[in-house]
This record gives sequence, structure tokens and C-alpha cells, in this order.
Amino acid sequence: MSTSSTYDLDAFGRRHIGTTPSDHGIMLAELGYDSLASLMTAAVPASIRMGEVLNSAIPAAATEREALAELAALADQNAVRASMIGLGYFGTITPAVIQRNVLENPSWYTAYTPYQPEISQGRLEALINFQTMVTDLTGLDTANASMLDEGTAVVEGMLLARRASKSASNRFVVDADALPQTLALLESRAEAVGIELVVTDLHEGTDAAALGEHFGVFVQYPGASGRVWNPASVIAAAKEQGGLAVVAADLLALALITSPGELGADVAVGTSQRFGVPMGFGGPHAGYMAVRKGLERQLPGRLVGVSQDAAGHPAYRLSLQAREQHIRREKATSNICTAQVLLAVMASMYAVYHGPHGIRHIAVSTAAKAKALADALTGFGLTLAHDAYFDTIRVHVPGLAKNVVAKAHDLGLNVWEADEATVHVSVDETTTERELSLVVEAFRLGERADVTVSLRELPASLPEALRRTTAYLEHPVFNTHQSETQMMRYLKQLADRDYALDRGMIPLGSCTMKLNAATEMQSVTWPEFANLHPFAPEADVVGTLGLVEQLESWLAEVTGYDTVSLQPNAGSQGELAGLLAIRGYHRANGEAERDLCLIPSSAHGTNAASAVLAGMRVVVVACDELGNVDLGDLRAKIAEHAASIAALMITYPSTHGVYEHDVRDICQAVHDAGGQVYVDGANLNALLGFARFGDFGGDVSHLNLHKTFCIPHGGGGPGVGPVAAKAHLAPYLPGHPMAQRVDHAGGFVHGGGPVSAAPYGSPSILPISWAYVRMMGAEGLAQSTATAVLAANFVASRLREHYPVLYTGENGLVAHECILDLRPLTAATGVSVDDVAKRLIDYGFHAPTMSFPVAGTLMVEPTESEDLAELERFVEAMIAIKAEADAVGRGEWPVDDNPLRNAPHTAESVIAGEWNHPYTREQAVYPVHSLVRTKYWAPVRRIDQAYGDRNLVCACPPVEAFA
Amino acid sequence: MSENTDLQYTAEHEWVLVDGDTVTIGITDYAAEKLGDIVYVDLPSAGTSVTEGTVVGEIESTKSVGELFAPVNGEVVEANQAVIDSPELVNSDPFGEGWLLKITAPELPKLLSHAEYRALVGE
Repeated sequence: MSTSSTYDLDAFGRRHIGTTPSDHGIMLAELGYDSLASLMTAAVPASIRMGEVLNSAIPAAATEREALAELAALADQNAVRASMIGLGYFGTITPAVIQRNVLENPSWYTAYTPYQPEISQGRLEALINFQTMVTDLTGLDTANASMLDEGTAVVEGMLLARRASKSASNRFVVDADALPQTLALLESRAEAVGIELVVTDLHEGTDAAALGEHFGVFVQYPGASGRVWNPASVIAAAKEQGGLAVVAADLLALALITSPGELGADVAVGTSQRFGVPMGFGGPHAGYMAVRKGLERQLPGRLVGVSQDAAGHPAYRLSLQAREQHIRREKATSNICTAQVLLAVMASMYAVYHGPHGIRHIAVSTAAKAKALADALTGFGLTLAHDAYFDTIRVHVPGLAKNVVAKAHDLGLNVWEADEATVHVSVDETTTERELSLVVEAFRLGERADVTVSLRELPASLPEALRRTTAYLEHPVFNTHQSETQMMRYLKQLADRDYALDRGMIPLGSCTMKLNAATEMQSVTWPEFANLHPFAPEADVVGTLGLVEQLESWLAEVTGYDTVSLQPNAGSQGELAGLLAIRGYHRANGEAERDLCLIPSSAHGTNAASAVLAGMRVVVVACDELGNVDLGDLRAKIAEHAASIAALMITYPSTHGVYEHDVRDICQAVHDAGGQVYVDGANLNALLGFARFGDFGGDVSHLNLHKTFCIPHGGGGPGVGPVAAKAHLAPYLPGHPMAQRVDHAGGFVHGGGPVSAAPYGSPSILPISWAYVRMMGAEGLAQSTATAVLAANFVASRLREHYPVLYTGENGLVAHECILDLRPLTAATGVSVDDVAKRLIDYGFHAPTMSFPVAGTLMVEPTESEDLAELERFVEAMIAIKAEADAVGRGEWPVDDNPLRNAPHTAESVIAGEWNHPYTREQAVYPVHSLVRTKYWAPVRRIDQAYGDRNLVCACPPVEAFA
Repeated sequence: MSENTDLQYTAEHEWVLVDGDTVTIGITDYAAEKLGDIVYVDLPSAGTSVTEGTVVGEIESTKSVGELFAPVNGEVVEANQAVIDSPELVNSDPFGEGWLLKITAPELPKLLSHAEYRALVGE
């Protein structure tokens, strides 16, 4: 359909990009340019500008309705069967109140990682509920706020054991009855860091001698085969020799069987997927990790703790952040950064909604269904691999397993062929008696047999000796919100405490907090995408595989690479996958001695942490006073280490938000020395449509779909960190033993070890990025980039006379973000970066990124999605804050009692008691008149960071604490 | 920085007080201030033998983690339990109550004088 109107109501681009063409005119005039094109010509070095893409794979922009229709057509190609494959992924019922009020609610999904705790109390409470749920069920002392998935959580457990064990051994003993994807992950990750993996059958009789020297032991509980057994003696034998015991435990089973903590485990890991989070063809879901007392400082990832605010009220915050990769770089406990916050919130709310009795009921009914099925099958004379089981049975059918699986498929079920003689069947919360009868039918035992499930008592399939006797989920939060009205209000109350994109701009530099459009989010919960098992047969998942292939080809095109893997579940995992690919490439070429990774001092700390996990040594390259890689130092380091250089990792545009000139020369120098170039794609939002990593010298990159490609941050995850590479690295990109297809878009086969538990990582959120590209088209993506660069330069220009802009590139321009230098202000007035960041809350803003990449600065990234009025509102707030700081500098307000130091101001702080401050209450909370009607009130005052780290409490505090 | 001229120093911002065969060590006020609010101190237990220049402990603040290097060869006689219980002592009194370890050290390596250390930190 063609239209003569220039007002294109259906075009998505004008909804995604916040500024209008007439706004662009105003903003360009401020900068002295006459068009977006001329601005970009001045900003992006000519040496890296991309040429025209011939035969583009990206179709012209679709409207929102057209994109949804195409997604529906893809969804139609998937077939949702009752999944009885298990192996870590189970059917679950997402309570509708949670789906609507969390998963589909922008107040939850558009929030950022809770680095500003004062405006994140809602999701921090939800996460501490998650941690409490995990510690209760696992019987351990401290749990973190989620892991990327179960498989990588086991790997992190192995690495934790090696750090914490006093044993000098490099052997890690693994039970052969572990999930197959976990075994594959352990194998590839252990090899890279020099750990010898010993896979063996563990059983109740395994003693210390049988284990041999080791630093740790891993047990799956219940086993992958469904076997329920008591690993206490194995755990004791491991600890006897100084090893740590890591147990992967099914959270639902733990409602009925003895917890890992009671069995002596040091570390418990697993997934919370079956607590109300759809399988989604593999993810995203929240993995978990819990440790015994004494190991909490070894925990990877985020940890929520309780501290207090300036008024002495309890308040939540992220604890022990100094362990993390952005501080400790190559010495960090892990490279993981993003967690799975949105999914952890969902799982915790499932426990809040159902409470201990509900969770126990779900567990009992699941166990009873498995027992009823087993009884029906053994009644026909079939035999089982194990008599003790929770939700999974293995049935002997010599030579016939394939036939049973095929028959079940015909009947609308997916069961698993463990081997040619064994069929593996798992049941879950969703399994019906009718489906159990169909399973029996699939075994072709003649007459259709009705299966009846009895819920009267715990089935005998759970051994008496291992039955759980300890309570869980006793905190009032798990016993209060069990009507839908209560649940809805609890979720609303928590969401109201938080600042997300649905309230205003989140100008976090390096985080790209752009629009997560409703249409992009729409299909995430469609059952055809949500209810697929990651190991379902290829015929059932054709639609999603088609979507994956299209997205792979589009991402390859926009980055100038040949092939893409969507498997990594976060940017950090994409980095690791890329570096492992480089490692694999050098080894295949007989150059195993290349193990050195050059990283500029300005790099994000994750780069260094990832390099170490890829088995590389880190050498730091200096940066010059402009924040660019020091080419002289780079050449010197290359000359010094020529034969051992594996890779250079650079970020482009740099972490300083500048388009570096020399990037081609930098890449060339590394290639000349036989090294590979890894380009960190964190800042791709400044490049898309104007330059491509692959064109200017990159061999491999990761992208962040949760930055550039619109997947929401979810309050700190999920993320997707695809790794994109040139053809020569394809054979070493992450593969997966259970992948439905070995080849990827363009026919490339990825032959490396997996980096995620599921073959395609987190496919249920890929439609978001697919829809973004589909609705923008190649031209729209370039328009986004140009507008983002315009917005950053506009803010820099408007604020330059108040705050120095730290780094600029050609023609005095920044890329898509700008660094405001607060150090002169701090020196002159005593007002700190913290003071300004917290004062922004009073003005109704989320602070920009603090003290990265330079201490004492704020990094602002407005993105293309903010409108001109919102940009102006931010500029106005920053100028007003500067004036307040100047008043402190002039001595009008004392440095320790002024609106900045006392920020944020709660309602209580300005109405309760006498007002003894040298500024007015109005100045405190309504510094700008428009706030009178639109005010966001921080629920707590400034939080004491040190108190929380010195008095570590990571579970729900008693209700009286809030009295 | 304070005028602790009777102490010796290392380039790792540690101070050393020699008393016969035993040395007491801690971190300087300069280091404590750079680290910020110290929240956790991990120290080796009595009886641990330590080697000069190797990492023997950690000092964690809200914003970073500093490593504690052994300034001498010897054996730990005592780790300061008061600091383990109240890490903020390192901030409030780095040269006094905030001491970290006592080590028996028959021989001392070359350490920095007060003046040399001051020159190093540019104060």
C-alpha cells in the first residue's frame, strides 16, 4: 500500500526515536551542523566509514502490525507438545498475576541493575526474597541474586571450589549422573583453565580412596537419570581431603528431600526455572548459587544485602561489590556481570504467591504423578533403572527406545531417548493424568490404561531416610500475599519504590537504556515461543530456528562478520566465547604458546576477567591523556611479547565514548604480530549503519542485545551477548551437543564447546531484537545511531560551560555518550560524584554512570529514544545542581549540610520533626516547580555502603526491623 | 600524612615497626584513605610462615580490594583480632589499633625510611 501522506502513522521508527525532525534542527543548530549526515561525517572518522551493503539480508522496515504478523507466522511453525524431557527444564504454570504484573510490566522489565540502591528498593526486596527462598530450600547460609543458568552455575561452583580449597590438586571429580549439558560445559570450561575433570559413577559407597586427590566434587541431586540417593558419605569423603562439595539440586525436589546444606555441601547450584518461568526453548531463567558460611566472599555475581539509610532505617543494597569484575579485573571471582534479575523476581514471587504449603503441594503432586506413571508401567512388566526417584523415571525397553519416543511424539508428548534401551520421562506441575495415560500408550502395551494420581501421602519412591524434616519459607513474606488482590498490591507496592524507564530517562553511559517497545515484547509470552523445551526435536521448533537464522544473518551483516552465535547469555559470556574461539584457532594452527591478551587500561573490567577464564594472561596497554590506546606502548608491548600474543581486546568506540582515529592501525599491528583482534561491542549503538567491526580489522566481537537491540535490562538481566566472527573462527565458536542443527546462517558450523546450558541460549527473548531490526530496517538502524550521537553531543554542548566534557574526538565531538568531569567541582566545593548522583534523584532522574571509566566523573548516554523535552529537563537539573554546588563552594551552605549531601530526601525527612537545615523544605524536594505534580519520592535516604558490608545480612530481615 | 618517623615503610604502602626479632605491620594512612571505608580484613593465622613480597592477606573496602604483602620473611605470631572484628579500625587508627600482623623476622630486608616513603607518595 502506498500513501501520499508524509505523516506515516504506521512507521515504527518515529515511535522508537524520541526526537522529531524539527527537534533535530534545533539540536543541530546548537552544534553548528546543518544535517544529521554532516554531523556524522564530522564525528565518525572517514577511515572507518562503511561502504554500501550489496544484497542486504535486512528487509525494508515493517510496521508494528506487519512484524507481529510475521512473528505469528513463525510461531505457527513451532509445535507445542507436552514436554516430558526434564533434564533441568520443566513445564511450569506462571501465575497470571505474575505474568501480567512482572513479566509484562515495564516497571519491572525496564529497570536497570540496582547500582543506585535508593531508587531500587522494590526489586532489591524481591531479590532478597529470592536469596531467602534459595537459602531456605538448599539449607545453606548465603545465596546470591541469581546466576545465568544451571550449567554455568556449576562451572562457577567448580571455580569457586578451586579458589577456596586448600588442596593443591587440579582434579575436580564429577558424578557421571550429571545433566548432559552440564557435563559438556564443565569439559570445555575446565580445559581452558587447566582443571582436570574426572567423570565417574559416584554412589553411597564411594570413599576417599576412590575419589583420589581433588579440590572438589560435584554431585547432581537428584541425578540426571532421576535417581534419588544420599550423597552425604561422598560429601564427607571429599571434605576429608580438603575438597569442596558442590551439589546441583532441584529446588522443587528440595521441598521433600533433605537439603544439600544438611548433607554437608559447601555449595549448592541449580535453576529456579520451574518456579513459574516458562522453558522458552532454553531461557532465560534464573540459575542460583548458595554457599555455607565462610564462603560468601567467594560468591560470583550479585549479592543483595541489608544495610541502613541516613535515618537509620533498614535498606537494601548490593553487597560486597568489590569482589566483582569491574573492580578486581583479572583477579575477580568471576567474569559474570549481568544476572537474571527479572526471572529471579518471577521465581521469588512464585514462592511468595504459593507459600511453603503451595510449594510442598506442587512437589508432592509431581512426585505422585511420577509414582503413578511408574506403577502403571511396571504393572505391565516393564522395569525401571531406579526405584528411588522424584519426578523422573528411566524405563528399560531394549532396542525400542526410538520407537517409544516416536510414538509419544505422535501422541503429542516429548519424552527422551536416554540410550537405545532406555526411555527417560519427567513429569511436572503441568502434567495431567491424561498425559500420563498417553505415555503408557506410547510404550505400546496394548490397551490404553488410565493412570490415576493419588495425593494422599508422600509416595514410596521417595526414600524415608532422605525425606526432608526441616521447614522452609517461614518468613512472613512467603505467608502473606496469597490472594490475587494481595499479590497484585505487593507487586505494585514494590514497583512503586523503583525508578525505571517508565518514569523517566536513565542516562547511564555504556548501558544504552533505550526504548523496549511494547510490540517487541509482545511475543515473548506466546506459548509457541515460551513453552518449548531446549532439547525438543527439530520438527517442533522450526519457527524459532528460522527466527534465529534470520537474526544471525542480520547481526552478521550489521557488524561486517561472517557468522554469529546467539548462545552466550550475557556480554561476559560472549567475550569468553570469543576468546575461547581465538584460543581454539591458535591451537589448531599449532600455536598453543599464544596465550597473552593485550587489554587497554581503559577497558571494562570484564574483559580482563574473561581473558583469565579463557586461559589467557593479561598484559595492560597504556592509554594516552585523551583516553585513546597509546599506539607507542602497544607497539612496544607487541615487540616485547610478539610470539605469545593471542589477542588484543579493544572497545570501539572506546569506553571513553570517543571514535578513535587509529583503530585500523591498531588492528593491523596486532595482525602483523600474528594476534587476533577482539572488538568489544558494548558501544555498538554509536556505530550501527556507519561502520562495521569486521571492516576495520575485528576478527571477533560480542554484541549486547540488551543494549543496542532493545532487550530490556529487566532490572539487571536477562541479557543476550551474541558472539560474531570472521569465517576463520567459525569452527571454534560455541557448539552444543544437543543443538537441533549443527549449522548456522550462511552454512557455518560452530564446533567449540558450549558456553550456555541451552544450545541457543535464551531464545524466548530473541523475538525482541528480531522485531527491532525488522521494524527499523537498515536505514532506521542508521537513523537511530545518528540520533543517539546527536543527543549525546547536544547534552555535552549544553552542559560544557557547567561541567568540563572530558574526552572528545575529531571536531570536538563525542560519540553516543559523554563524560562530565566533576573533579574540578569536587576540588572547589567538596561536593562529590555521589552527592550529585543522589541529588539527581530529588530532581526525578536516575544518575548517569558513576566513576566509570574515570573516577570522579559521570558518563551520560541519552540514547535515541529520549525526546527533546526530557533531554532539556535533564540539562536543567544538571545546571541547577551545579548552582547548588557553587553555593556550597561559596560557603552559603556547609559542606556537610546542604541539599546535595543530604540527598535523596524522603517525604518523611522533610515533614517529620523540626527542620534544622540551612535550606528550605521546598528546596529539598521541589527544586524545580514541575516536580510538584510529577515527583518521584525515594523510599529511603542515602544508604550506608560500609555498614552493609561490615554487617553482612543477605536474607529477609524480620518484619519488626521496619517498624 | 602523619609524622611516624620511627617506622619503616614499603612501596606497597605498609609500615613496619621493629621490636627485637618481632615486627608489627600495618598499612599507612595514605593507603587506608585511598581504599576508603574498609569493611573486611583477611589475615593469615598465627603459625603461618610468610615470604617477603608475596600476598598474605586482603583488605577490602566498599570500592576495592587491596592485597597485603608480607614485607619480611618470617612466621606470623599474631593477627590482630580487633581489626578482624572491626575493620574500620584500619581507617580510624592505621598506625595504632589498626595494626594487622606481628611476625617473627630474624632478618630484615631493605625498607624505606619515612622520608623515602613520603617522597614515593608525593607528600
